[in-house]
Amino acid sequence: MVAGLTLSERRLALVILTLLGLTGLAMAAGGRGDLMGVHGFIVLLFSLGVAWAVMAGFYAPEPGEERLSRYYDDPTRFGIVLTMAWAVFGMFFGVWVAALLAWPELTFVDQAWASFGRLRPVHTTGIIFGFGGNALIATSLHVLQRTTRARLPDQLSPWFVIIGYNLFCVLAVSGYFMGITQSKEYAEPEWYADIWLVVVWVVYFLIYIRTLQRRQEPHIYVANWYYMAFILVVAVLHIVNNLALPISFAAARSYPLYSGVQDAMVQWWYGHNAVAFFLTAGFLGMMYYYMPKRAERPIFSYRLSIISFWGITFFYMWAGSHHLHYTALPQWVQTLGMTFSIMLLVPSWSSAGNALATLNGAWHKVRDDATLRFMMVAAVFYGISTFEGSFMAIRAVNSLSHYTDWTVGHVHAGALGWVAMITFGSIYALVPWMWKQKTMYSPRLVEAHFWLALTGTVIYVFAMWNSGIIQGLMWRTYTDSGTLAYSFIDSLVAMHPYYIARTVGGLFFLAGAVVGAYNVAMTIRLSRQEGVRRDSAADVPVPHEPAVAAQPGE
Amino acid sequence: MPEFFHRKLERSAIGFVLAIIGVSAIGGMVEIAPLFTIDETVEEAPDMRVYTPLELAGRNIYTREGCYACHSQMIRTLRDEVERYGPYSLAVESQYDRPMLWGSKRTGPDLARLGGKYSDAWHVAHLVNPRDVVPESVMPRYGWLQRNTLRIDDLPRHLKAMQRLGVPYTDEMVESAAADAMGQAAPDSGFAAGVAGRYGEETNIRAFDGEPGRLTEMDALVAYLQILGRLTDAAHATDAVETGSTQDE
Repeated sequence: MVAGLTLSERRLALVILTLLGLTGLAMAAGGRGDLMGVHGFIVLLFSLGVAWAVMAGFYAPEPGEERLSRYYDDPTRFGIVLTMAWAVFGMFFGVWVAALLAWPELTFVDQAWASFGRLRPVHTTGIIFGFGGNALIATSLHVLQRTTRARLPDQLSPWFVIIGYNLFCVLAVSGYFMGITQSKEYAEPEWYADIWLVVVWVVYFLIYIRTLQRRQEPHIYVANWYYMAFILVVAVLHIVNNLALPISFAAARSYPLYSGVQDAMVQWWYGHNAVAFFLTAGFLGMMYYYMPKRAERPIFSYRLSIISFWGITFFYMWAGSHHLHYTALPQWVQTLGMTFSIMLLVPSWSSAGNALATLNGAWHKVRDDATLRFMMVAAVFYGISTFEGSFMAIRAVNSLSHYTDWTVGHVHAGALGWVAMITFGSIYALVPWMWKQKTMYSPRLVEAHFWLALTGTVIYVFAMWNSGIIQGLMWRTYTDSGTLAYSFIDSLVAMHPYYIARTVGGLFFLAGAVVGAYNVAMTIRLSRQEGVRRDSAADVPVPHEPAVAAQPGE
Repeated sequence: MPEFFHRKLERSAIGFVLAIIGVSAIGGMVEIAPLFTIDETVEEAPDMRVYTPLELAGRNIYTREGCYACHSQMIRTLRDEVERYGPYSLAVESQYDRPMLWGSKRTGPDLARLGGKYSDAWHVAHLVNPRDVVPESVMPRYGWLQRNTLRIDDLPRHLKAMQRLGVPYTDEMVESAAADAMGQAAPDSGFAAGVAGRYGEETNIRAFDGEPGRLTEMDALVAYLQILGRLTDAAHATDAVETGSTQDE
């Protein structure tokens, strides 16, 4: 991979890594006696490791000018491998925390790092940022080049983004094990990790905008609208939600700028829009490219694309307060949140409908091709979970569903059914292209993965729907004499069978991801054995690319 | 016509970026900015006190261990919640909470009014092994809290940061934070009197983990759990009016 960089890029990489290493050293020295010191060592080791890789390839022959007439896909390939690794990692921890709720002693007793409260953010961060984030970065760099017919502006910055982003994930996850957390849901990493993510993100945005400026296509394709909204809005959300005052520059701990009710509103404005712009917009970008490509059908409706894009961009930002119904948040904000959440159904179903209508004329392919079926099921789950989301945002429904497992079920209908399915579908489409194979190593294993994933999702979601609704009803049931019928612990005992079922569902899903990772690894091995020149295909940046499906249906 | 307009927009990367930022900024600005300016958002509670250094340290252990993932601290304005947990939560009760810990999931019960509900000994036993006290519980054990000595040398910096953010800690409270943390868990020591002087006579001053000689993380966490819902009586004041009306239903 280093061989693909020019000599000046290799030099610059070493300069950046030296600076990063020195930062790590400063953190380690300044933060002695604080947990930040440990993170300093991690940063130092990380930069030494990457620098070692750069040095090893430093004197490899430079790539020739002909590289500029080809797309630059090395970072995408690297990102795909990381995506699968984080998938297995994050889902393993998901199954573990699920099992802990059924069998609380299934852990290393009295080991702080292995308690539920520390493992749970390892699962959520591993999946959202590790698996989801790497998938988004890897695919966005691929889609961006194909839909603009332009090569990435340089070769170093995509590596900076993907490696820097994974350093952020490593800091986040290792921090939770040690007890470094802001305790803000889905924004747990502490201030220095947050600042680092901002740096990475600015470079990511610059890659995007610079490539768009160099595009050979007059129009910006719809997938890029979504990827751009993902990059821009996530930046705004991340910065605003994470503003905090560290107790010292040599300590990990910080206190947020907002407190109480304002903090709650900012947190859920962030939290809900992390769902919207990280877990929805970015993956819609994926869907708008890989689904029409795989189905070889143009997007059904250009107008629906416009409506759904701007609807999502505008409405979602109002919806966060539906997480705070009946709380101390002023009621006018709650009502606005509910109203916009219901309106959100229009753009959400426009997207889901647009995706499914795109498959018209290709349903026989859906039947035969598990990769396309992954994407179809993803669109269906996207439709289901957005409907469910709007429904749960209604105040009266929320009074039952909030604080229960129903929310967990809803999130997983989205995360397993939509995010993971569209990602696996896209990866199965992308891997053979990237490693110049006709198909995946084993199409039958793709089929097996599909059924494992679907079975797991259905078991999981049904278990949580049941447990959530039962829990909500038990909490509000009164006896004839007007007293509460159940103690809290009664409701917990009633959950036990569903918690076991949920663990089983998660195991199915994890097994599918392991099968997928194996299949991807074997495909790569096959390609290596054949000694295929990976970037020698006809798929080139300057015109001539058959872009049938890559255009919005006109 | 709109389609024509959009086709033009799609031709400009910068234009598209600005459009996304503009369209997405509106919702947050309308909903969030007024929360800082409308006075009624947070009630007045003159009796509201700040967390003592020991309680703040305990709160930081609560966040470190991720307790918020399973326990809410926000009683909603629903009859069954008020009857199960106590008066519904007011905004003022978390006005010094950075971050707020309202939570989003109740795998365990709400903790907003936990303070004073159980004895210190119950909490210690429960944290060491929840199933010794509640056989059906699925809560993790937290035995290491009892073994870990509480770190107090950085407490002045914690209070200082809070003070800078507008929490009414006095300079005296900041300076004596470490001593106050020791004093609150060692009633017979010379440091105890200062705590009561600075934070009020009603402050809980006792050996929370049952061992007055050692200041552990267990001391801090139990001190925090025992103050939950007790920083102000404001919620109980409105309760008289509100339960009156719910009972009429």
